Amino acid sequence: MKTSSSIYKIGGYLLVLICLNHVAFAQKSDSFQLLLNMDAVYNRPFLQAGSFPVAIGGYIEAQGEYFVSDGITEGVSFKIPRMTLFVSSTITERIKFLSEIEFEEGTKEINIEFAALDFEFHPLLNFRGGIIMNPIGAFNQNHDGPRWEFVDRPISATTIIPATFSNVGFGLHGKTYQKQWVWAYEAYVTNGFNDRIVANSEGRTWLPATKENVDRFEENFNAVPLITLKTAIRHRKIGEIGLSWMGDVYNKYEEDGLMLDQKRRLDVLAIDFNTSAIKNLDITGEWVWAFVDVPATYSQQFGSQQQGGFIDFVYTVLKREMFGWENARINLALRLEHVDYNVGSFEETGGNIHDDVQAIVPALSFRPSSQTVIRANYRHIWETDLLGNPAAKTAGFQIGISSYF
Amino acid sequence: MINIKIKVLPVICFMAAIIYSCDEVFPEAPAENELLDGPIGALSFSEQNRFLAGDVAFNDEIFTPESGLGPMFVATSCGSCHPGDGKGHPFTTLTRFGQTSPGQSTDFPAGAPQLQNRAIPGFEPEKLTLGTPFMKFTPPAVTGLGLLAALTDEQILKNADPDDVDGDGISGIPNYIDPPDYFQPKWFHQAVNAQFIGRFGKKAAAIDLLQQTATAYNQDMGVTSTFEPLDVATDLSVDPEVSDQTIREVVFYLSTLKAPIQRDPETYNVIQGQQIFTDINCGSCHIPSWTTPESDIPALSNKTFHPYTDLLLHDMGPELDDGATEGSAETYEWRTPPLWGLGLSPDSQGGEFFLMHDGRAKSIEEAILMHGGEANDSRGSFEQLSDIDKQKLLTFLKSL
Repeated sequence: MKTSSSIYKIGGYLLVLICLNHVAFAQKSDSFQLLLNMDAVYNRPFLQAGSFPVAIGGYIEAQGEYFVSDGITEGVSFKIPRMTLFVSSTITERIKFLSEIEFEEGTKEINIEFAALDFEFHPLLNFRGGIIMNPIGAFNQNHDGPRWEFVDRPISATTIIPATFSNVGFGLHGKTYQKQWVWAYEAYVTNGFNDRIVANSEGRTWLPATKENVDRFEENFNAVPLITLKTAIRHRKIGEIGLSWMGDVYNKYEEDGLMLDQKRRLDVLAIDFNTSAIKNLDITGEWVWAFVDVPATYSQQFGSQQQGGFIDFVYTVLKREMFGWENARINLALRLEHVDYNVGSFEETGGNIHDDVQAIVPALSFRPSSQTVIRANYRHIWETDLLGNPAAKTAGFQIGISSYF
Repeated sequence: MINIKIKVLPVICFMAAIIYSCDEVFPEAPAENELLDGPIGALSFSEQNRFLAGDVAFNDEIFTPESGLGPMFVATSCGSCHPGDGKGHPFTTLTRFGQTSPGQSTDFPAGAPQLQNRAIPGFEPEKLTLGTPFMKFTPPAVTGLGLLAALTDEQILKNADPDDVDGDGISGIPNYIDPPDYFQPKWFHQAVNAQFIGRFGKKAAAIDLLQQTATAYNQDMGVTSTFEPLDVATDLSVDPEVSDQTIREVVFYLSTLKAPIQRDPETYNVIQGQQIFTDINCGSCHIPSWTTPESDIPALSNKTFHPYTDLLLHDMGPELDDGATEGSAETYEWRTPPLWGLGLSPDSQGGEFFLMHDGRAKSIEEAILMHGGEANDSRGSFEQLSDIDKQKLLTFLKSL
């Protein structure tokens, strides 16, 4: 099957599906309409006992899967990708603390993904410090498993943007409202990337490799901080669009006063959007570009430009009381993904450098409540190597559960 | 209830559409004859474990500056030069230089015999001095190498005719190579003046797969081992960056990769094309079939296989004389490359053909027309063929 034609076919079917249903503006609550992706970190259910000043919560994800790669299967496999604990506290009026500790795949990795204090001087001027989730794209801040209808996370959001990507630093954020519009910004200075992004066992420019540096919560890899900026605007009846950028020097160009290399920059630009403007249909998407100053004398397999994104369509086919759960929902969903890890052409031949991945993920989910989801999806992935040889095809079924608690 | 039925309809349509859009729910394995990788049959459990370990080291292990890459290098892994165990792409073409006449073994320029044209950040790669003669080598397919390695020197020498005693215009000269100090001759190796016949590489400069592998780690990736302990940047010995065990597992993997399987051998055009191949004397150098003797790997013993090579050097004419060489080969002499797997080359070369020693030929026909020297007559015969017969020959070659 040609990947691109399949994606066009799927897109066509989706349009037909939408047309089968009348289009109308969704009626959502006012509070929901005011929330942006940046609010995801606090927009979580917490359990608080009486006047005890600390609230706790968390979420869990578990899944089983069966995949076949070009006729070879590893069989059925089960895993618990992550269990996350939240602890939050309103220390005093307009001073809040929140932490998010994640246990990945049992205790294979234990990470503090967020641990920050927020000081609200004015709705438009909040000061945040600690371990911060860099606001690049939407998924990085809004990554909780129970929010999504698909078992796996989006490829671009975890391999170009290395979600969940958080660093130690400080910054400002704020939000304002005007009639139908909500506008917000975030600006942070944090520790940043390191040279593992072009010196890793993936053999490609690989931003997630920066997380292998265990000292990154202790000190910056070089003298240059990572700057992350994001702005987002939402129309209450249409949806939200966000534009974000982060930039840094990633290499150790100087040590003990000795110049080891020239400064090499990394810049990541992302655009994200979501809308619920069409009745029963939520559309969420994100597209990201990464620009990396890779030395010209290094291997071309380490791309100096990457791009990719995803678009999710989530269509509620049934919403009513089911099995005793009020407002239970059955959703039909589709995710289309594309990632190009190496945008460019070979010096030797002028031919396109491939190293790309495409995926189609139709899914079905059942939500007894908005905080809990049972989901199943089929996932078909085409991976093309650097040279553009016939794509390796992987496909299989996944079933998973995820819930806040 | 009516409301539910209306909503179920698009759901059913949608799911049907998704299934229709995918040709196959689970991707099927490509046909065995469409793939180059995979083990030769009849490996024991322990041999399959060694094969698997070698496969991982060859295809999955990517070197980084931390694990020993460079500081100057050509590629970061074995698999990046030989994707899917097939031929490589101009992106990973090697540049060899330094030796300009047969038997010359001293006074090579700095950096020889291989240019490391890439470097890890903070280092500079090597550059050729203007006017230095050099050869570019497109990485070859690595399948079936164990069968070639299992042949005896005596078998190879049976086809040698250095002085063209039989007067057929085809010589066939073994490339005698100074062995590295870690080379351990097997019962079938024959020393001549303390040199041994090279079998692997474009100029047949590597005697066995251990030499080929250890040299590739060192010269291609800048990775040192106890076999090749000198750092390519400083020419000084450094700690081994890959273990003996890993290198031996890779050697075992290369030794036990299956031979490429011909496709559609019974079809009319393939049979006719094979006859034309014989008629125009291509098979004098590209010898179709060989049979191995007893081997220390049982799966390689007494096997008849069809590589289409004689493992000997031949004069290929001035057009293919790059002015550089290896071992006792003249600058215009090249080892007859095996033709098995030829038709699958585009599947590892990004959908295109990059043939001849440096990838200069973009099609099989172009490659045939680049043959000179001892192959002049065969090339002339090819040019005289009708278009239909040319197509039959090309169909046969693509079936290999």
